[in-house]
Amino acid sequence: MRFEQPTAPHAKPIVSVPVIMRRVLFALVPAALWHTWYFGAGLLVNFALVAIAALLTEAFVLRLRGLPTRHAMRDCSALVTAALLSFALPPFVPFWIPLLGGSIAITLAKQLYGGLGKNLFNPAMVGYVFLLLSFPVEMTQWLPPRMGDIDYQHLSFGEHVDYVFTGRLPAELDVDALTRATPLDLVKEGRRAGRPFAEIRNGSLFGDFGGRGWEWVANLIGLGGLYLLYTGTIRWHIPTTFLLGLLVPATIAYLLDPGGAPSPGFHLFSGASMLGAFFIATEPVSAAGTVLGRLIYGSGIGLLVYTLRTWGIYPDGVAFSVLLMNAAVPLINRYTRPRIYGQT
Amino acid sequence: MVDYVFERHLSGGILLPANKAASTATPIRRGFVPTKLVLALRQHRGHPAEPIVTVGQRVRKGQMVAHAAAMAPSAAVHASSSGVVRAIEERPVLGGNGVQSSPCVVIETDGRDDSIAADQAPPWPADRAAQREAIRAAGIVGLGGAVYPTADKLATPVPCKTLIVNGAECEPYISCDDMLMRENAAEIVAGALLLTDVLAAPHCIIAIERDKPQAMEAIETAAQRVEDSRLKLAEVPTIYPAGGEKQLVELLTGEEVPSGRYPGEFGYVCQNVGTAYAVHRLRAAQEPLVARVVTVTGGGVRSPQNVEVPIGTPIADLIALCGGYNENVVRLIAGGSMMGYALPDDDVPVTKATNCVIAAAANEVRTDDHEWPCIRCGDCALVCPSRLLPQDLLVAATTTDFVGLTTLGLQDCIECGCCDVVCPSHIMLTERFRVAKRTLAQHDGRRPRASPEPK
Repeated sequence: MRFEQPTAPHAKPIVSVPVIMRRVLFALVPAALWHTWYFGAGLLVNFALVAIAALLTEAFVLRLRGLPTRHAMRDCSALVTAALLSFALPPFVPFWIPLLGGSIAITLAKQLYGGLGKNLFNPAMVGYVFLLLSFPVEMTQWLPPRMGDIDYQHLSFGEHVDYVFTGRLPAELDVDALTRATPLDLVKEGRRAGRPFAEIRNGSLFGDFGGRGWEWVANLIGLGGLYLLYTGTIRWHIPTTFLLGLLVPATIAYLLDPGGAPSPGFHLFSGASMLGAFFIATEPVSAAGTVLGRLIYGSGIGLLVYTLRTWGIYPDGVAFSVLLMNAAVPLINRYTRPRIYGQT
Repeated sequence: MVDYVFERHLSGGILLPANKAASTATPIRRGFVPTKLVLALRQHRGHPAEPIVTVGQRVRKGQMVAHAAAMAPSAAVHASSSGVVRAIEERPVLGGNGVQSSPCVVIETDGRDDSIAADQAPPWPADRAAQREAIRAAGIVGLGGAVYPTADKLATPVPCKTLIVNGAECEPYISCDDMLMRENAAEIVAGALLLTDVLAAPHCIIAIERDKPQAMEAIETAAQRVEDSRLKLAEVPTIYPAGGEKQLVELLTGEEVPSGRYPGEFGYVCQNVGTAYAVHRLRAAQEPLVARVVTVTGGGVRSPQNVEVPIGTPIADLIALCGGYNENVVRLIAGGSMMGYALPDDDVPVTKATNCVIAAAANEVRTDDHEWPCIRCGDCALVCPSRLLPQDLLVAATTTDFVGLTTLGLQDCIECGCCDVVCPSHIMLTERFRVAKRTLAQHDGRRPRASPEPK
């Protein structure tokens, strides 16, 4: 009897790239459902459009590069990029925003660098920053949560889709009547005008820690992050140091100026803190690769987020912070190699 | 009262499914003699033994058929049952680098299994150097898999600080040491103390993995009975590769063996429990190394079990002894599932290194060779016991960056296979590193001085 002779190890690998990607998608489902319930179908419409653009772009560029598309299409990595980008987009944007974002993310940030595993920068964040810088008006069309005492205008699914593709809105409604500043916007503007945080957060859009509705999205994203930690899909180093890098300066500032500075809880449950800590900064390809490197990388992002939120122009800073630290990764990796066993 | 040694730190490693239950349900089956024995003369890295018998000559069990080469490392080979030498020829055997051709002494057994009289063998000498020579003449080698001649390992360049008797047996499927410890604990303890004497070591630690409570209990009982203050026990964590020599030293002493050096150069000698048992057999029964326990297991064999067989037993006979293959078998592995070699067929003999034969079913082994690109998740670095960065080594290997391979510590890769198992991209890292090591060796051979790292 003849047998095949592959080399050791013979044991089967315990996980695969598509399984990891699917876990990331699965971990976002609870937050997506909550988001849809309180902010309408925008997230799902955006996800569908970004995903279509990302997959088509990926297939097209792979074809141009003369590479096989079968496995790349099935590894679900483009869908993860699409999911992250659609969480970053305002839920109320015309169709070309998600389409453009998905294409840019895949082309500029992923395929131009060589495809899966080669990107220096987080593709979803490159796509997001491109849109934010190019189309500031559309990129601030955020909606208020559909909650009892908040003044909001409700669009049906059909009316929403109609707006996305044609720009038409029901009579006597315009974009300004539908959209609302986010809690982070309000804090940014209020602080700039010299108002204390305690006064700013008296509005109906604010909840226990962050914005109403938003803080629950953040909670559920954090829950998804815990699932990723539990399944070993991500490791604790980056999320923990990210959140510490954000919370430590926020706590110090809050203790120095209790009523004036935004509370640590507000920083934690607002904007993209949770998404950034568990889903964006942990994107392995563009993150630091060593244990010490990841601690530096995570805390660097957290500190930058605090800096940009406090002194920057934009209300949030997760995307910029991640991209800046992405650029530092080769250097971090170079100087944080662990001491090899038996070497000095 | 037996002293326990408490574990220190171990870098990396991975908890793997043990797959040992199937082969530990029944006691070791003993007393089998095949009709044909194929005694390989090159069973390890080093020099082949030199035959001292002729074709047609009758030999008895325990009779030397080949003596160790003059140059170390080498070990003598003995007839493992009685019979007639039918051929001295090249045959495929499993050596240190896979299946290779080796001179072999082929014996047709007569079934009488009669030994050379014990009184013909020299008694156990009193002098330590002579004891080492007796161990060399008995053909005793490391039975954990590396088959390094024991006598050479016992001649340490510095006084031995601690003898570590390795009963960790961390690799999946293999259970021969576990079963031997359960059934022959007293002999193993006696052999461990003999080795301690030969080394004049102040301490001897018998290290057993936590998932072997029965073996631990048996060894503890035997150790309590001898009441020797040099003897200590250590329960090591169930993590692969805790039983690797350098890993075990790190785990038990907290010290690291410097890169490119051997534990023996720093006063630590590791010997497998099977080796200790063989040394005891030599002392107590004047019996050279003629048999060993082999685990025969896997989803492709009908009755998995441990068998003690004469060295040289064809693996085909071993499989037949265990009920033969079932219809699920797709691969035959000599050794464990992490570091074992896939055999082309079962027409190779059991050597002193053969601790396990796995007849694997398709659902037990990797059968798909698709690789995704590395996504730099870094899990390989987390499990690497040498604290290497396999993801960076992969890039260096792909681009044949010799400076990178050297500075990233390719030579410190112990080829344990942990990185392959955790890699979500299913990249065959260990094989890449084996190939890169050969390429690097050729490169360094051409250019002896490595170019300095750019500053």
